[in-house]
Amino acid sequence: MSVLELANISKHFGAIQAVNDVSLSIEAGQVVGLMGDNGAGKSTLVKMIAGNFRPSHGTMQMDGKELILHKPVEARQHGIEIVHQDLALCNNLTAAANVYLGRELRRGVGPFRILDYAAMYKRAGQIFAVLKSETRPRDLVKQMSGGQRQAVAIARTMLSQAKIVLMDEPTAAISVRQVAEVLNLIRHLRDQGIAVVLISHRMPDVFDVADRVIVMRRGRKVADKTIASSSPEEVTGLITGAIEQV
Amino acid sequence: MAVTLDQTIAQKQHTLLTRVFASQTFWVVIAVILACLFLSVATDSFATTKNLYNITRNVTFVAIVALGMTFVIITGGIDLSVGSVLCLCSMVLAVTMHAGYGIEIGIAAAIATALIIGAFNGILIAYLGFPPFVVTLGMLSIARSLAMVASNNTVVFQFGPDHDKLLALGGGAFVFGIANPVLYTIVLALITGFVLRWTKFGRHIFAIGGNEHAATLTGVPVRQIKVAVYMISALAAGIAGIIQTGWLGAVTTNLGNGMELQVIAATVIGGANLAGGMGTAFGAVVGAALIEVIRNSLGLLGINAFWQGVFIGGAILLAVLFDRIRNFRRNE
Repeated sequence: MSVLELANISKHFGAIQAVNDVSLSIEAGQVVGLMGDNGAGKSTLVKMIAGNFRPSHGTMQMDGKELILHKPVEARQHGIEIVHQDLALCNNLTAAANVYLGRELRRGVGPFRILDYAAMYKRAGQIFAVLKSETRPRDLVKQMSGGQRQAVAIARTMLSQAKIVLMDEPTAAISVRQVAEVLNLIRHLRDQGIAVVLISHRMPDVFDVADRVIVMRRGRKVADKTIASSSPEEVTGLITGAIEQV
Repeated sequence: MAVTLDQTIAQKQHTLLTRVFASQTFWVVIAVILACLFLSVATDSFATTKNLYNITRNVTFVAIVALGMTFVIITGGIDLSVGSVLCLCSMVLAVTMHAGYGIEIGIAAAIATALIIGAFNGILIAYLGFPPFVVTLGMLSIARSLAMVASNNTVVFQFGPDHDKLLALGGGAFVFGIANPVLYTIVLALITGFVLRWTKFGRHIFAIGGNEHAATLTGVPVRQIKVAVYMISALAAGIAGIIQTGWLGAVTTNLGNGMELQVIAATVIGGANLAGGMGTAFGAVVGAALIEVIRNSLGLLGINAFWQGVFIGGAILLAVLFDRIRNFRRNE
């Protein structure tokens, strides 16, 4: 059964048609690569799922129920988590503080509640262990490598019972060794039964980790097929428009 | 042996000792202690009860305002209006009490004035996107002008029926002969330290200073918190104004003139970073102490008072220099 189902979604900004009649469904425990050139409509599509934009037309369904989002917080409440391209990390805070940013754990009674450092360190440490990351909860993010920073941003999505994680270009600006690390993190998420939407420009990454690939061009979905039945050459053709549609 | 999860969680980058040595505040404390030791030996007048009483009390006004400023600076903002707000709140208190109202009403009026000004600053900055520097620079001018309007630019030195209570509040020593302002400073510093370290609000202040965009994306109520920090800063200035009024026994419209620079200097010397994301309550107090010790020592050593600015400015640069040296080492 699909976790998220989009039916005939369109979005226009004035006269500009950013997303045009896109339908797709995303299954639990599946990694979907979302590919397309700049301006193809990937970001707009993802922002609608994340609650930043409301679709002009069409409906979204989550677990069979209609999903209407007014702001990003509501998406989070529905179990949709986003890993932003810039990761949205505070360098001056520890890994655990970043993981819990905006939803800090507290203990105490009534209005007299203080931060529960011990519990946050513990839970963050457990999440890093699940992700098989070497990141330590008390380390400052400032001193971390690109891969570790990704782990912190991804750990955030695992605090609550996330169903879908949207990742915006997670491998765009990091070293080769760290790319492998991040792809492993994605596999660990998938193993938890979480659906991952991977927005990427990097063909090898998508073909390495994704189960399915969706290609967009000029606001339309031009391909939606399993990785096994496609090839990098075909996807390149679809992105550039050399191949019209499959 | 495999590393257990608990060990990983317990793993710290620094031990307590290395963290203390790496902190700017620690070195400022050392500087203050060394200066005090030197002055005790070099002069007869430093280590006297009266002089120490004076120093501790003088530190407090800058220290209290610096505590409020610490909140603002950690978010990456700045509040230039504190000196003028201090003056305006003193004047509101003085004029209210002079008109025959009790001390409670006077203090309530002064605090309300501070909070309104802080909220005004904060709303312009957080909701309308004004640069903090500009808003508070404008308020620096506005608040002092309002103080002049309120008092018709006269000196107020009679505080109505509760005159003596006010003077006792600021000038007395209720506990063990420690000057009252010192007690207030200690209490306020403890509260500030607690809020910064142990509350969600404090955590969010550091997050905003570290990466405001990230704080917004993760659902931190950035705007409300920014309004709150400017209100806290103005409130601290107001409290300092009330205490200073009681201590001086008179209010003039040039009270707190140029104080904003001393306050910012104190916070920076104490380890706060003007770029945001760093700062402590203890640092603010220690920074204020260093400035006061420098000021006091120049007088006792018979050095011309005109040199004061050079020494205080030198202390600011020196404190930041230590920080730079540490960063260079880390980058290598």
